[in-house]
This record gives sequence, C-alpha cells and structure tokens, in this order.
Amino acid sequence: MTATAEVTLERREVVPLRRTAAGLWSDAWYRLRRDRVTMAALAVIVLLILVSLAAPIFEELVFRYKFDQQDLLHAYNPPTLDPIYYIFGADEIGRSQAVRLLYGGRVSLGVGFAAASLQLTIGVGLGLAAGYLRGRIDELVIFVITVLNSIPQIFLLLIVASLFAPGPLPLIGIISVLGWTQITNFVRGQTLSLREREFITAAKTIGATTPRVLFRHLLPNVMPLIIVLAAIDVGTIMLLEAALSFLGLGIQPPIPSWGNMLTNATQYFFRGGHLVVTPGFLIFMTVLCLYLVGDGLRDALDPRLKTH
Amino acid sequence: MRSLKYILRRLLYAIPTLLAISILTFALSRLAPGDPVRLFTFGATDLTQQDIEALRHTYGLDQPAPVQYGDWLWSAVFFDVGRPPSLASQSILYHRPAAGLLFERLGNTLQLALAALLLQLLIGVPLGVIAAFKRGSLTDKFVRIFAVSGHALPTFWLGLMLIYLVSVNLRLLPSQGLLTIGHDQWDIPDRLRHILMPAFVLALAGIANYSRYLRTETLEVISQDFIRTAHAKGLRERTVIVSHAFRNALIPVVTALGGILAVLVSGALIVEQVFTWPGVGQFTYAAVRSKDYPIVMAGVMFASTLLVLSYIIRDIAYSVVDPRIKAS
Repeated sequence: MTATAEVTLERREVVPLRRTAAGLWSDAWYRLRRDRVTMAALAVIVLLILVSLAAPIFEELVFRYKFDQQDLLHAYNPPTLDPIYYIFGADEIGRSQAVRLLYGGRVSLGVGFAAASLQLTIGVGLGLAAGYLRGRIDELVIFVITVLNSIPQIFLLLIVASLFAPGPLPLIGIISVLGWTQITNFVRGQTLSLREREFITAAKTIGATTPRVLFRHLLPNVMPLIIVLAAIDVGTIMLLEAALSFLGLGIQPPIPSWGNMLTNATQYFFRGGHLVVTPGFLIFMTVLCLYLVGDGLRDALDPRLKTH
Repeated sequence: MRSLKYILRRLLYAIPTLLAISILTFALSRLAPGDPVRLFTFGATDLTQQDIEALRHTYGLDQPAPVQYGDWLWSAVFFDVGRPPSLASQSILYHRPAAGLLFERLGNTLQLALAALLLQLLIGVPLGVIAAFKRGSLTDKFVRIFAVSGHALPTFWLGLMLIYLVSVNLRLLPSQGLLTIGHDQWDIPDRLRHILMPAFVLALAGIANYSRYLRTETLEVISQDFIRTAHAKGLRERTVIVSHAFRNALIPVVTALGGILAVLVSGALIVEQVFTWPGVGQFTYAAVRSKDYPIVMAGVMFASTLLVLSYIIRDIAYSVVDPRIKAS
C-alpha cells in the first residue's frame, strides 16, 4: 500500500494524505490496524487459542503435572509459585488449576468455534437460499425461524440436553441445530436487497447457474457480515456452554471446560475462593474480546455502518 | 377499529406457531426414556401386568402417537373437562395437572421479568442518551465499556458473586426466595429487598443493550437539522434532550424489546435458579432434573406462549410509537 500523495511538513515528516483504495479486505485491514482496542482484543484471543492448543506442551515442560493428577494433601492450596503448577491454586482434590484451565480452554474454545462454524454453515446456507430463491423455501425457513425464536432458547436446550448425553460433540450439535436462526435472518435480509442489484441481473443474463450466483456472487458480498457475526457468535456460545454447565447439562467432569470448572468451583466458595476467580475471569475476558473484535470488524469492514 | 383488527390478526398468526411448538415439544418428550405408567405408579409394588395394561388403556397410551398428541393438546387447552386427563399433562411427581402447578408460579416469574424490564428502561435508556450527548467524555467511555462487558458476564457467575458480596459478606440483602419466611405476603419493603438482586442480574444484559442502542440512535437523531433548529431557537438543553431527541430515539427502544423479552424469559430460568426464585423457569428446571416430563412440556409451552404474547405486545407498541409503520 503506497501513498498517492505526500506533503512535506515543516518538521520534514512524510504524511500520507490519501491512500489508493486497494479492495475491501486490505482497506478493512488498514482500518483495523489503527483500531488499538480491536487489535488488543484480537491479540488476546489469538494468544488464548495458541496457549490452549499448546496445553500438552505446558503440561509436560512447564508445569510437569498431569491435568488429572490428584494430591489430596494439597486440596484447596491457594495460588503459589512454589510449586509452579499451583500458580492458580489447587482444586478440591489437589489438581492443578492452571493445567486444567489450559485443557478447559481447549474444550470451551473448541466448542465455541466448532458450534459457531456449524451454525454459520446452516445459517448462511439457508439465508442465501431463502433470500435468493424466495417462494416456498423462503416461507418454510421463515416459519421454522419464527417457531424456534418463539421458544426461549434455554428451555429448548434444557430438554434436548437432558435427552442426549452432554459430551462436547453432542453439545456442539445441539447448540448448532437450535441456534442458527439469527444468522439466517441477517444473511437473508442482506441477500434480499442484494438480489435486486444490477450485478446479479448481469450474472443471470450471461447464463450463470443458481449455485454460481449464490456462491460466486452473493456469498462474497455477505462475507463481511458473516465474519462479524461469527466473532459475536463464538462469544455467545461460550456463555451458553457455561450456563448449561451451571444447570448440570453441559460438558460433564472429568473433562474440564471453563464452564464446568466455574460451576464446580461455586460449590467450594468458602474453602477455595480462588477457584471461582480464574475460570470466570477467562470466560469474561474471552467473550469480551470476541465482542470487541466483532464490533471492530464491523466498523472496519463497513465504515458506513460505523456508529460508535 | 383498524388496530383491533391488527391485534386480532396477530393473535391468529400466533396459533400455527404455538401448534408447531407443541408438536415439537411433544415429539421431544416421546424421546424421553421410561414408560409414563411405570413412572406414574412408581413405588406401587402390587400392580399386575393387567393393571398396567388397564391403566395404559384408561390414559390412552395404547393409542397411536397423533391421538395421544391430540389428547394432550385437548387437556392443555380445555383443562381435562369431562374426560380422563391425558397422562402427558399430569405431573408424575405431584399427581396434579402440570398446567395448574405452573400457573401458581407464573406470577412470580412475571414479577421478576417486569422488575428487570423496569430496571433496564430506567437505567439503560438514560445512560445511552447521556453518553450520546456527552460524546467522547469520560462518561461516554464508561458507558461504552459497560455496554460491552455487561454482555460478556456469565449470568450465574454474576449472581453468585453478588450473593457472596452483598448477602454473605455485607449482609445487606437476602440471597434467596420471594420474601422472608413468616412475613406477611403484602410486606412490600421486604419483597422489594428480595427482588432487587435477581432483577438486577436479569436486567444487566438488557441495560447494556439499551444503553448501546440508545447511544447510537440518539447520536443519529441529534445530528439532524431539527435538533439544530431547536438549539437555534434558544431552547434549553434539557428541553432539546427530553422533547426533541429522546422522543425520536424511543422507536428503537421498542424494536429492541423483542430480543430483550426473549432474553428475559430465557435468562429468568438461570436467575431463578441462582436466587431460588419460585418461578416457571426454576420449576421447569427442577422437573428436567427429576425427569417429570409432563411439567417440562407444560413449562416450555408456558414460556413460549409468554414469549409469543410479548412479541405481539411489542408489535402493537411499535405501531403506537411510530405511526409511520402501517399495521400491515
């Protein structure tokens, strides 16, 4: 990216006056880079993902303590640097909170990202199809959305989660199958206005097939919206996972997730208060950063929408 | 007259939605393990196979699923008038109609939801308007941080933290229930003390939502010409805010209501659980845990009906606030 015009100030600073427009993505990246809050939030997310992925490495090399290793003599050990694996304290059976948080992060972030991508796949597919094809398909999709939106989500999740064993995989499936409506609504709305535009008519005129119009012409145009929705969606799902854990219908111990660690810790409030702090803070931070990234991305991708 | 027609039409449109929800709920409950008769007669050891078959016949459990669904629906709508009740509408644990049990708790849930809604409007709306008028100030920054972080807190965690801080450490407010045991039912101050914390926890996400929404909308409104005119006329700042800007920013308050009501009904379940608030959500959740599926089904229907009705109320309010929107 080069400046098209430059002025030399008195102090001989070179200040770009105007940049060439260089396409949606690099323009967005240019704007995003200057948004310090969003960049910081993005950095936190990337860091959390990397650290969680590297959980076994930390377990072996840094903490030298297995995630399911118990030590009843040190139950509720407060946070300490000696030994290093109790840096965030020990839980009710002397397991290392730090190592469990690392593994819990894998599960929580994994569920969040996996369920969000599934939701997006369903939501974008249906939204594009309903918005572009209209007719019967549209009516059906709208009806299903109306029905699903009329059931308070937690009630529906409650029944379904109580019927199926709540492991990570069923949980991802349940959350995705029940939670795609909002994304579909957004994508459908965009598609409805895009399908009337000239470039779609042009594409159809030169004989583009429906799948080609959908995936080559419409999809790229709703992509910015999808990315913004994705960031926010992952955060929402992580909160949902925590809420379901609280209701005892989330991922079951011994598999650690931030949600069930937090829930579990609330039972030992008075003996091990430190156990409540870390998972709660991590959920809060992750969701907060995801929302901030979503906000920042929206501003960067579509400056016309910038309102904050 | 026209608006009455609109309301009637909206109510009619709600029927297929509620029917679809009832079919979904019924189908899901069929997936639940366990024979209803066995569950219903649990503990009775002197039942023979014939007795069980007879019971199955009495309650229509030997009928095909669509007939059973019809029975259940009939029971749900007409309260078992003049026929043996559908077993699917009877609580296994209480041996009473599930709908009646839930009705007793509906008032408590409504109380909590309305209190939360009130807090959202009373706190969230002014916060947003003030932030917009003092754009870029410290107040504005605070409101924006609050608006994002209010969403990111796990509800139950916030509730438990507040109980720990306010109830256990500071001993300021009670941590659970509707009112102090033994107190008069109409002891209003006592009830207010009990509802304050759960209502706040339930309201937080909405407060954040509203302050954000209102800020955006007010910013848009105050950049328009008629606000400049109002200023130019020499009106006081307060008059401009209250009677010019605020009125126009009110429309999104109603628009946002749909999402917020959904969060209220959904979130109430968790908040009721944290604060042991005897409402529909807490009762339904207890039923899920004890596998009392008739109550679960009725609970889902209750909550959904509540939500559908509040959507209708929102739409009506919408057409009242913004006359430009035709009742179509």
